[in-house]
Parts: sequence; structure tokens; C-alpha cells
Amino acid sequence: MKVLAVMEERGGGWHPASLEALAAAQRLAAVTDGRASAAVLGADPGERAADFARYELERVCAIGHPVLDPYTADAFTAALEQAIGDLRPDYVLFPHTYRTRDFGPKLAARLGRPFVSDVTAFRTEDNGVVFTRPVFQGKFVADVRIAGDAPHFVSVQAGAFRADAVAAGSCAVEEIGVEIPAEAVRTRPGEPFREEAGAVDLTAAERIVAAGRGVKDESDLEMIRKLAEALGAEVAASRPVCDAGWLPLSRQVGSSGQTVAPKLYVAVGISGAIQHLVGMKGSRVIVAINKDPGAPIFEVADYGIVGDLYEVVPALIEALKTG
Amino acid sequence: MKIVVALKQVIARDSVLRLSADARWVDETDAAYEINEADAYALEAGLQLKEKQGGEVIALCAGPGRVSKAIREALAKGADRAIHIALDQPEQLDSLATARLLVEAVRQEGPDLVLTGLQSDDVGAGQTGVVAAELLGWPHVTLVVGIEPAGGGLRVRRELEGGWFQYVETPLPAVLTIQSGIARLRYATLMGIKRARSKEVRRIDARELLPQNETAAPIVRLREAEKTKQTQILEGPPAEAAAKLVEKLKFEARVL
Repeated sequence: MKVLAVMEERGGGWHPASLEALAAAQRLAAVTDGRASAAVLGADPGERAADFARYELERVCAIGHPVLDPYTADAFTAALEQAIGDLRPDYVLFPHTYRTRDFGPKLAARLGRPFVSDVTAFRTEDNGVVFTRPVFQGKFVADVRIAGDAPHFVSVQAGAFRADAVAAGSCAVEEIGVEIPAEAVRTRPGEPFREEAGAVDLTAAERIVAAGRGVKDESDLEMIRKLAEALGAEVAASRPVCDAGWLPLSRQVGSSGQTVAPKLYVAVGISGAIQHLVGMKGSRVIVAINKDPGAPIFEVADYGIVGDLYEVVPALIEALKTG
Repeated sequence: MKIVVALKQVIARDSVLRLSADARWVDETDAAYEINEADAYALEAGLQLKEKQGGEVIALCAGPGRVSKAIREALAKGADRAIHIALDQPEQLDSLATARLLVEAVRQEGPDLVLTGLQSDDVGAGQTGVVAAELLGWPHVTLVVGIEPAGGGLRVRRELEGGWFQYVETPLPAVLTIQSGIARLRYATLMGIKRARSKEVRRIDARELLPQNETAAPIVRLREAEKTKQTQILEGPPAEAAAKLVEKLKFEARVL
């Protein structure tokens, strides 16, 4: 099968999930006796596309048009619709990034196809490919089969495939011209910005104590702060705590917040939805305290205590003082 | 401004889940349900826009009879009326098939704006709003955390990865997918609950709306997630488990 992996730029380089998607594309090509290619989009992507010429691919497609910079869903959809018409891939793979979420399903829908998002694994079964993706916030995984004509659209979850598994080789860069009328782009994106006020660099912290939905009241964060103090740790949180306004967004760990990899990460009352896990699963030692033994956080934890955090956290503060 | 808010009803977050007998979904016997969290924020964003701009908020929900609870809640919080697409086993539809259904109902209303949550807490595909916009031929903005009127359209604040944001201007009609935390959620008041009883709920059968609606990417089966790590669970009463943990962190993991 012909597999096309769509790469994503970020800050002058490549989004780390791009190479992971490329590794997934090579593997999917291998199990279906096909070849993988990469696609790079931009105003003038030829030079950037050469970054992928050192991998074992059929080719790198440089899809260029001035309207592709800055990114809009309208322009990317129009460009890839045309490129897919030319290249006729069987599968189109994307890294499961915010950008892919913004235009991938739109592109698939334009071609009347479903889009299987956030895939963590795939395998061949009964002469077809079965894709696995998390459901119920990671409590279960679902096996999904795509019916109907190619191309089939799939996005690959960050961390599910290894960027260093991309097989080296060499391939040619091929320029693909597309036509996108300026009026096809209906939205006007502004410059990305960051809110610096009160920003905390959690990535520099050696130890982090993170609070989640299990913390029922803002005043209970005092207990979390005391635990952090006893551990010499920074306080962080999962999304619901920041949504409630109890902690600033700058202390949020996860796909919409910071990605951290401290020596010690203590998750208190965090169930471990995938959006949180992608931001912390690289931590060296992970401790989870949660009342639900089935919570997905225990799938990544080294040590776990199943219990009421309102009993466990004070006991832990006490044990740290006396220990 | 005429606003349609598309809501999904999902199994309540704290539920203990077991696989159904055929393992195609979870066992819903005795399940408790709630409005999908991101959709609750979409409703809140819609109500606040209406309060500022005037207009109408129409709640749109597809599912079996049980979703009338979600619809009543939306009406009690301030939606003006609702559309219930009667649909058995909504989990059998993929995002494309779900969006096709919702879009049929949206076309009958001709709103200026469709709001929905960025993803569901059960399937979590995160596509319905984006696909609906494409089927409607409208622009969309995803991961929206702020909305303000600008000229004849909207200026919205959207979240990017890693703590970055951006403003995007879009003409109307448009679809926005709302990120949780866009505004504080309101509670339904007693008065709101009373008023909800007299508000219109239009019921349309899914098959009437769309006689042919194929799902091309169905769930074949659900399974337990595989563990990536061997977790040591520290047993015992809180004090004992805590002492064991401190010991492990000091002498085994050596991170203290």
C-alpha cells in the first residue's frame, strides 16, 4: 500500500510528532507491502523537504503555495486534496497534533472519508488493517477498521511510535504544484503568542506534584502545596484544576500546557486522560495517588497508592517529615 | 444571533466501566449520564454570546430517549428551544456519520453560528465540529477559548499547543469547537428548571432525517488498555502505604 505521511513544522524545525508519524508510515507500508512517502507543505517548502531525503521513502513531496503560510485549515485542505488526487495514496498519516485536529478531519470529509484519530497501534487482521485508539479517556482502547475506498486517513498519537525508529535511506524531493485561490481561505489567523505574566517554567523542575479533578475544593490545594514543599517540588495541575481558575494555566501539564520530564512526578487525583499523559509520561519516576484502581494513570505509574487522596496526602506529608 | 449548540450526552465521568457482552461498547446497564464536558462549555459560551448580542440558542442532541435529560438541562440553563435527533446506539456511528446527521438538522434551522465541544469524553475523536463545518461549507475555528464579535464576523481566541494562543477572525456563518474552561459554567436555577418544561423540544427521527447514513470506520471491539509499566501498588492503610512509598522513593527509585 502507498502511505503518505504529512509532516508538520514547528518553530523552524519539525514537530517532534512528525518523525513518529513517519516511523508509523514506514511500518504501515512494511506490513502492507508498500512504500511510504512524506509530504511537506509551505510557501516555499523545497529546501525544508530535503530534511527528509535521508530516510527510506519513495519520495518527499514538497507542496508549495504562498497561501500555505500562515497555516489555515482552508489552504491546507485545498492543497492536500489536490496532492492526494495526484499521488493517490492508500493511507494518509498525520501526527495527532492540534493542527491535524484542525484540518485532518475536514480533508477526509471533503473526500467523503472517515478519519481515525489518535491511533496508538495497528496490525493486520483478516487481510485488513485494524487501528487501535484510546476511548473513555484511556480506560479502554478500541479496535477500528476502515471500510470503503482509499485513501484512508489516520492520525498517530504522540509517543506511540519512536522517532528514532525511522529507517534511513535516500529519496528524491519532488515538487508538487497546487492551485489555491486566495478567496478559498476564509479565516484570518493572527500571530501565535504566549502569556508571559506569572509564567513558571515547569520543565526545569526536578520534582513536580500535580493535582487533578480528585481535588474537590480550591482550599484543598493547600494540602497539595504542603506535599510539594515536603518533597521540594513545584506544584502543577491537570486541565480541570486550571479550568476552575484555582491555578494559573502556566501550571498546567498536558497537551495544552507544558510537557515535563522531571525526576519525580506525583499525580494526585489525576485519572490520566491522554491529554495529560502526553505532557508527563517521560518523567523518570511517576507516582499516582487515586481512588480508582482502573484509572489510566496507573498504566504509566511506577508506584501507586489506591485510596482517598484526603487520607493519603496528609499521611504522605507526615511520612516525609518523620522519614 | 441564531446559535445552535450541538451537545453529546456521555456516561458520567466517575462511572465504573465494564465492557458490554459483545465487547463492542461498554455495559450501560444502570449507567448515569451527563452532558459531555466540552459541550457544556460550548453551551455556556453560546448562552453568554446570546446575553451580550441578543438572539436565540438552540440545543441540538442526537441519541436515544435518555438524552432528554441532557436536553432538559440545556433548556434549564437558558437554551430557548431544542432539537432531539432520535437515534439508537449513537456509538455505532463514526464522526462523519454523526456530523452528517447533525448537519441535516442545522440546515433546517439556518443559524449564524454552530458551537460544539472540541471532543467527547467517551469516543474522543475530536472531529464532529470540524467535519460538520466542511459538510455545511462553512469555515471553522477549533480549540476556542474566547469569542468576541468583530465587524460582521467573530474574533476568537484559540489555544495552540504548549501554552501558546492565537486570535483568528472568521466570517459567519461558522462552526467553533470549544475548549473546556472558556467560561465558568452556570448552574440551572429553580426558575430555569420550571421554565424549561414549557420550552419546545422538536423530535426528529434519525432515519427520517437521513435514510442512508453509512459508518465507514466502525469500532470492531473494545479492549482493556495495555499497561506500559509494571506499577507497584503500595497496599495498606494510608499511613502504612505512605511510609512504604517514601521508603521506595528514597532507596529504590532514589529520587528523594
